[in-house]
Amino acid sequence: MIRFENVTKVFGTRKVLDDVTYEIEKGEIFTIVGPSGTGKSVSLKHMIRLLTPTSGRVWVGDDCVSEATGRDLSRIRSRFGYLFQSGALLAWMDVYDNIALPLREKTRMTEGEIERRVMDALEKVGLEKDGAKFPSDLSGGMQKRAGLARAIVTEPEIVLYDEPTSGLDPVTSRRIDELIADLAGRLGITSVVVTHDLHSALSISSRIAMLGGGKVLSIQPPSDFIHSEIPQARAFLDAQYITRRGAWETKTGV
Amino acid sequence: MIVREPVPRAKPRSAVQRLGQATLGSVGEIGRAAMICVGAVAAMRHAFGKRSRGEIVRQLWQCALKSIPVVSVVAFFIGMILALQIGIELRVYNQESLTGSAVMASMLREMGPFMAGLVLAASVGAAMAAQVGTMMVNEEIAALEIMDIDPLRFLVMPRMVAMALTVPMMSFYTCALGVLGGAVVSHTQLAVPWATYFQNAMDFASMKALWVGLFKAFVFGFVIVTVSCYEGFRTSQGAVGVGRATRQSVVTNFLLILIVGYFVTRLFY
Repeated sequence: MIRFENVTKVFGTRKVLDDVTYEIEKGEIFTIVGPSGTGKSVSLKHMIRLLTPTSGRVWVGDDCVSEATGRDLSRIRSRFGYLFQSGALLAWMDVYDNIALPLREKTRMTEGEIERRVMDALEKVGLEKDGAKFPSDLSGGMQKRAGLARAIVTEPEIVLYDEPTSGLDPVTSRRIDELIADLAGRLGITSVVVTHDLHSALSISSRIAMLGGGKVLSIQPPSDFIHSEIPQARAFLDAQYITRRGAWETKTGV
Repeated sequence: MIVREPVPRAKPRSAVQRLGQATLGSVGEIGRAAMICVGAVAAMRHAFGKRSRGEIVRQLWQCALKSIPVVSVVAFFIGMILALQIGIELRVYNQESLTGSAVMASMLREMGPFMAGLVLAASVGAAMAAQVGTMMVNEEIAALEIMDIDPLRFLVMPRMVAMALTVPMMSFYTCALGVLGGAVVSHTQLAVPWATYFQNAMDFASMKALWVGLFKAFVFGFVIVTVSCYEGFRTSQGAVGVGRATRQSVVTNFLLILIVGYFVTRLFY
């Protein structure tokens, strides 16, 4: 579905992605983990051509997104939903209008149909009573949930999640995890999740890619990832008190 | 057009190479700014759409109505200063009754469009650069692009239409209020009768001066939006970047208003 072919990305003198090659299957939840600055968000931005590789190619289906322009790029982008770290809601519109924006701008739906879709999306993220609020009136977590509602309201084939649970309380985090899993399971949406939250990654992922030093260190299903012997992955797991015995068994025994 | 990553360049090894790179960089910047202007003008075919109309009205409110207080003060005092300075000199030759003519000619030809342009560049233009810059930093522009909503049509075009209407309106308003300010000073400081002042002023009010002034203001509207949005779109590095973009938009707008103003005047006179 999404294929990275020898992708290298250099910012100035810093190589953020170094000859990266991997493929994401249709319908799977592919999670990218790794320390900060190893190119996780940069990878997501390549998938939707917010960034262009210094060398190599990125494919979405049969389309080479890294070389697409104009209408081709628009067509490829219309297959995506994207949840930004900050939510990226337009400050002068209320939550309802923010979520309705892609439907109003890019479809010929009636206001009645738009309302139904928006309310459905708001209900999914638990913000059904907050449609009239402005982004500045929302907490960070609520902004992120509103951003998620906007990402899924067009019912895209692929949703890219950039840190979907960072800054959220544990209950809301698990609710977002369930929503991502539900969207993938029920609608067959291909999901790419960038996160530091390994509890979340282990719970919902089909496969987990570990990035480090601009390289893909491993791509494994959660059951294998938890037993990973790669030092960077091990350090990551240990830092979140996840032992080889089980994802939810912590070092404190809780 | 929207800059997310710096253009990679080799480290210059000589002064000539440095000059060459700087020249290429400047040409690139002018090109990107011109593309923003052309793209927004091309998007004006959507200006009569329902949603665009609403946004244009909202921008007119932001640009025009909210600027009236500051434009009023500037215009009135510019007229007063002009009348005082000119009147004092004319009084030496017992010609202070001609103050109205001089104030009217100055306001219509230069000061009206000029002051309206500068005030709107400093207030509306700076706010525009800060808003677009903040949207860039908060990834709102990226979100628009991913939703396949063209930022030029959605953000720049309504602002450009609003400013292309607002600056000429404010220019005319500045002229009117400036002449009025001049009348107050002429009457109170120079003892010129109201009727004499206004008669002389109207005798010197040529239609050509009015239209050239309004055309100049119209061009300033495009310049202000292009520069402000361009600076906003190239914002990076958070709050520091937004501050830099705002400052740079004001400086560039001031310089371009001076330069473009000269060439438009040169074109017609």
